[in-house]
Amino acid sequence: MARLVVLGGGVSGHTAATFAAKWLGSSHEVVVVTPNAKWNWIPSNIWVGVGQMTKEEVTFDLAPVYAQAGIIYHQAKALGIHPEGNEASDKPYVVVESTKAGEEGQVENIEYDYLINATGPKLNFAATPGLGDANGLGEHTVSVCTADHAVHAAEELQKCVEKMKAGERQKFLIGTGHGMCTCQGAAFEYIFNIEHELNKAGVRDMADIKWISNESFLGDFGVGGLHMKAMGFAVSSRIFAESLFVERNVEWIIGAHVNKVESGNVHYELLDGSMGEESFDFSMLIPPFAGVGLKAINKAGEDITADIFAPNGFMKVDANYAAGAYENWKASDWPETYQNPTYSNMFACGIAFAPPHPISKPMSSPNGTPIVPTPPRTGMPSGIMGKAVAHSVCDLITKGADAPLQKASMAEMGAACVASAGKGLFDGTAAAMTIYPVVPNFEKYPGTGRDTDYTFGEIGLAGHWIKHILHHLFIWKAKLKPGWTLIPE
Amino acid sequence: MSKYGEKNIKAYSNNFTTMTPGPVAKWMRTCVIFQIFRFIAINLKMLVVVKKSH
Repeated sequence: MARLVVLGGGVSGHTAATFAAKWLGSSHEVVVVTPNAKWNWIPSNIWVGVGQMTKEEVTFDLAPVYAQAGIIYHQAKALGIHPEGNEASDKPYVVVESTKAGEEGQVENIEYDYLINATGPKLNFAATPGLGDANGLGEHTVSVCTADHAVHAAEELQKCVEKMKAGERQKFLIGTGHGMCTCQGAAFEYIFNIEHELNKAGVRDMADIKWISNESFLGDFGVGGLHMKAMGFAVSSRIFAESLFVERNVEWIIGAHVNKVESGNVHYELLDGSMGEESFDFSMLIPPFAGVGLKAINKAGEDITADIFAPNGFMKVDANYAAGAYENWKASDWPETYQNPTYSNMFACGIAFAPPHPISKPMSSPNGTPIVPTPPRTGMPSGIMGKAVAHSVCDLITKGADAPLQKASMAEMGAACVASAGKGLFDGTAAAMTIYPVVPNFEKYPGTGRDTDYTFGEIGLAGHWIKHILHHLFIWKAKLKPGWTLIPE
Repeated sequence: MSKYGEKNIKAYSNNFTTMTPGPVAKWMRTCVIFQIFRFIAINLKMLVVVKKSH
């Protein structure tokens, strides 16, 4: 009997664990270690953040689902990996610390034969002074990164609405809180959902709404932008995004590294090296992501974290980390199997793997401050990676160590993305987009880097319906309800 | 008096070169009949991309 340990129960980890449990059956063990008691459909946190959904609608308890699937569940956070075992045993293990109520702080070793690291990100609020504290709720700003954060954001938003109804003008600042942030799409959704809700509340004319982002152009989204076919043209996402911003009367600051947040004020540096300040009454700034801080220790007790993890804390996999300058970058730099090059029984997927380099062209200010979005690995790519890695591990267990590994390169996969621009069954809108491939391949598709036959986008009510259906569909899938395997990642 | 769709454009500001939708384009975005057809079309397009990605 082999044991697969999955660290993390988010989109990637949950997908990997549930498929592995299904494919391996009761002959082998699947263990999930995740600090959260609840699973969260993160894309719908946007609607929680404007008060259009409750926390209960976007989360559910993991324990009964894992019990049904035959998965051993530890509500704990991983602290370290010992891939060679220790002096007493050659068996590799992970050290975990319980987060379960009543058992907080209890440390345990869990042995494994195969390990999938799908821990997701640490929300690195501390990278920007004043953006937040260790609890992540923020000193001066709000966040929609977790369901709890989103509930808090909705409460703060409601206070602003009440002030506007009382005749007090309010200034909203939404975007990214650091020059190396990712997840611009979430902030994009949030700013337009706020705008939509303020309209519905009849207070839009009392609000000044502004966007601030590290993107070098609007619509970069961390993937270097995209071109989509519209009216016979291959239209840049810059036009697409700017059009929406102007239509909704939202101003923007781009190429910005937010370097300090104070009560009601942010300080930022721009790509041209100039410094600026912006005031606000309500601000949601996405924090940068980092690895969760796992340590790696070898058999002799030496710290080998730097061998296993990149400096940002994400796990190294089969990527080309020596690509160097932007001019050398190739689609083939991106990992295919997500296997750790040092320990072949370890994999990392979702946000937990270390990307070889940004997807957007790297830029920095004359002061040397890097201002470039880091690559997004969330959503559909995360799910596909999780399933591919689970497939590989199951093959290694059932067919032997020589079994070929499944491939799921972001340079060869597309992604469907639906960005909400306001919730409502008949007055809602969303930008429905596909991008193929996620990582541009300029050798295969010179110019845009992508196949414009499969890269498109449009705004409308249909997109909102799709987003709403996806909400129910993916929660159904994550709960392993009948037919869940038929729903694609 | 600025026309519909042009009311938020300010001369030579960073939104001066942007296209903006007119009233018909905006109405089509929430026209239920039209959006039912777009819903079908977008789903089919997305399914092709999902299939190519697995």
